[in-house]
Amino acid sequence: MPRPLTFTAGLVALALLLTFPLVFTLPYPRDVMIRIFLYATLATAWNVLAGYCGQISLGHAVFFGTGAYTSTVLVKSLGLTPWAGMLAGAALAVALSQVIGYPVFRLRGHYFAIATIAVGEIVQTFMINWDWVGGARGLFIPIDRTGSLLAFQFRDKQVYYYIALGLLLLALWVTRRIERSRTGYYFRAIREDQDAAASLGIPVARYKQRAMAVSAALTALGGTFYAQYILFIDPESVLPLSLSILICLIAVLGGVGTLWGPLIGAAILVPLGEATRIYLGGTGKAIDLLIYGFLIMVISVVQPGGIMALAQRGRRRTG
Amino acid sequence: MTAEVLLQGIVSGLLMGFVYALIAAGLSLIFGLMEIVNFAHGEFLMLAMFSTYWAWALWRLDPVVSLPLTAAALFLLGFATYQGLIRWVLGAPMLAQIFATFGLAIFLRSAAQAIWGVDFHLVKDPLVQGRISLAGLFIGLPQLMASVGALLAFVFLNWFISRTETGLALRATAQDRQAASLMGIDTERMFALGWGIGAACVGVAGALLTIFFYVFPDVGASFALLAYVTVALGGFGNVPGTLVAGVVVGLIEVLGGLLIAPALKYVAVFVLYLLVVLWRPQGLFGRF
Repeated sequence: MPRPLTFTAGLVALALLLTFPLVFTLPYPRDVMIRIFLYATLATAWNVLAGYCGQISLGHAVFFGTGAYTSTVLVKSLGLTPWAGMLAGAALAVALSQVIGYPVFRLRGHYFAIATIAVGEIVQTFMINWDWVGGARGLFIPIDRTGSLLAFQFRDKQVYYYIALGLLLLALWVTRRIERSRTGYYFRAIREDQDAAASLGIPVARYKQRAMAVSAALTALGGTFYAQYILFIDPESVLPLSLSILICLIAVLGGVGTLWGPLIGAAILVPLGEATRIYLGGTGKAIDLLIYGFLIMVISVVQPGGIMALAQRGRRRTG
Repeated sequence: MTAEVLLQGIVSGLLMGFVYALIAAGLSLIFGLMEIVNFAHGEFLMLAMFSTYWAWALWRLDPVVSLPLTAAALFLLGFATYQGLIRWVLGAPMLAQIFATFGLAIFLRSAAQAIWGVDFHLVKDPLVQGRISLAGLFIGLPQLMASVGALLAFVFLNWFISRTETGLALRATAQDRQAASLMGIDTERMFALGWGIGAACVGVAGALLTIFFYVFPDVGASFALLAYVTVALGGFGNVPGTLVAGVVVGLIEVLGGLLIAPALKYVAVFVLYLLVVLWRPQGLFGRF
C-alpha cells in the first residue's frame, strides 16, 4: 500500500474507533472493546521486549500487578489520585524490572523464559502472603462516585473506553518510535544474534534492560487501568502465570516483532474468548478452554509466524 | 525447632526429591534431544495419576500393580504427542514451540475437567501403607515406596541411555542431529522414542505419587513448575544432573517450609534457582 493511503486508512480507523461508543451505547459491546484495547496494550508492551529484543518473558504479570497494586495502595493509604498512582506504578515497575533484569538477562532461550516464570511465581506467592496489601483476599478500590476525572472512576463505560484507547495509542506510538530509532535496530540485532551484536559494540546488557524498562512501564499503566476499571484486585487476578501466558499468546497470534500484530491478536482472541465463554462456558465443564487449547495448538502448527506473517506473505505474492 | 523435626524434614525432602528428579528427567531427556520444553509435562503427570486412579476404581488394581500399564499408556501418549504435534513445529520459532505445548496443556487439563469433573480423588487402602519408625524418625511407607521406585526407574533410565545401543543412538541424536542421521540413525524415530520415554518417566512417577496423593485436573501444575526449575537447575538435557537437582529441590522445599514459612516453601525453591543461575547460567551441570 502506498504511504498516503495507509495514512488515510489509519485516520478512518481512528475516526471509527472514536465514534464507536456513540453508536454502541450498551455496556457490553463497550466492555469487549475496552478489553481488546487493554490486552492489545499489554501485548504491545510485551512485544517491545520479546518481539523486538527477542527476550521471551513469561512473567509479565509481575509488572501488571505492580501497576494495579501501587495505585490501589496509594489511593487507599494516602488518598492519592490513581492518575498519580499510575505514574508511580510505572516508575516502580521500571525499578523492579531493572532489579529482575540484572540476574535473568544473563540467561538465554529457555533458561530465560523459565527464570521469568520463577520470578512471577515468587512475586505472586509474596503478595498472597502479604497481609498489609490484602493477602489472598485482595483489595477493593474505595468507591468514589463524585464523577471527578481525578478519581478515575466513572459510571459510564464511555470514559474508560477513551482512556483504554489512549493507552493503546500510547503503546503503539512508543513502539513505532522505537522501531525507527537506533535503539530499535540495536534491539533487533540482539534478537537476531546476541553475540554478533556484542561484537559490533552494542552494549547488549544495557539495551536489554532498556527494552525491559519500556515494556514494564507500559504494562504497569495497563495494571492501574485494570484496577480502576474492575475496582477489585487480588493476586489471582492480576499476578497469575495464566495472565503472562495470555499476553504473549495474543502477540504470538497476531505476529511478534510487528507493530500491529498484538492489536490484531487481541481483536481476535478477546471476542473469541467471550464467544466461547458465553456459548460453551458456565457448564463447569471447561469446554471453552478445551477449544481454546486446541486452537492454540492449531495456530502454532499452521501459522507459527502469526497473522501478520500471513498478511505479509500475501502482500509479497500480489506485489 | 528441635533437631528431630529438622531431621524428619530432611528425610521427607530427600524422599520427595527422587520423585521430582524422575519427573524432571523426562523433561530433560526431551529437551536434550530437540531443545523443546514440554509445557504439558504437568498434564502428562495428571493423566498418569488419573489412569492409576481409574485402574484402581474400576478394576481394583493397586497403583503398584498398574504401574507398568500406566507407564506403557504414557509412552503411547508421548509418542502420539510427538507424531501429532511436535513433529510439525520442529522447525518453527521457539515461541511457536512453547505455545504448541502450552495449548496441549490447556487442552488436556480442560479435557480432564470435562470428563472427570473437578473433584479430588484418592486411592483408598493401597497395598503399601503405614509407616515405619527408624531411630526416632517416622517414614511413611508410601513415600518410601515412591522414592525407591523413582530411584529405580531413574537408574534404569540412566542405564538405558548410556549402555544400550538404542540409548547411544538417542544420545548421538541429542549431540548432533545431522551427524547421527549420517551414521544411519533414524532421528525421526529417536525423537518419537524420546517423547515416549520422557512421558513414560512421568507415568512411573504419577503411578507412584497416586499411592498417597490426591488426583484432580490441576494436580500437575505445581509439580510441573518444580520440574522446570529442577531441569534448569541441573542443566537442560543433562539427565544425571537432574537427580542431584531433584534432591536439592526436595530438600529446599522442606527446609524453606520449616525454617521460613510453610506458605513460602516454593519461593525458597525459586529464589535458590535464581541464585544458582546467577552464578552458573547453564545450571549446575549444564553445558551451553
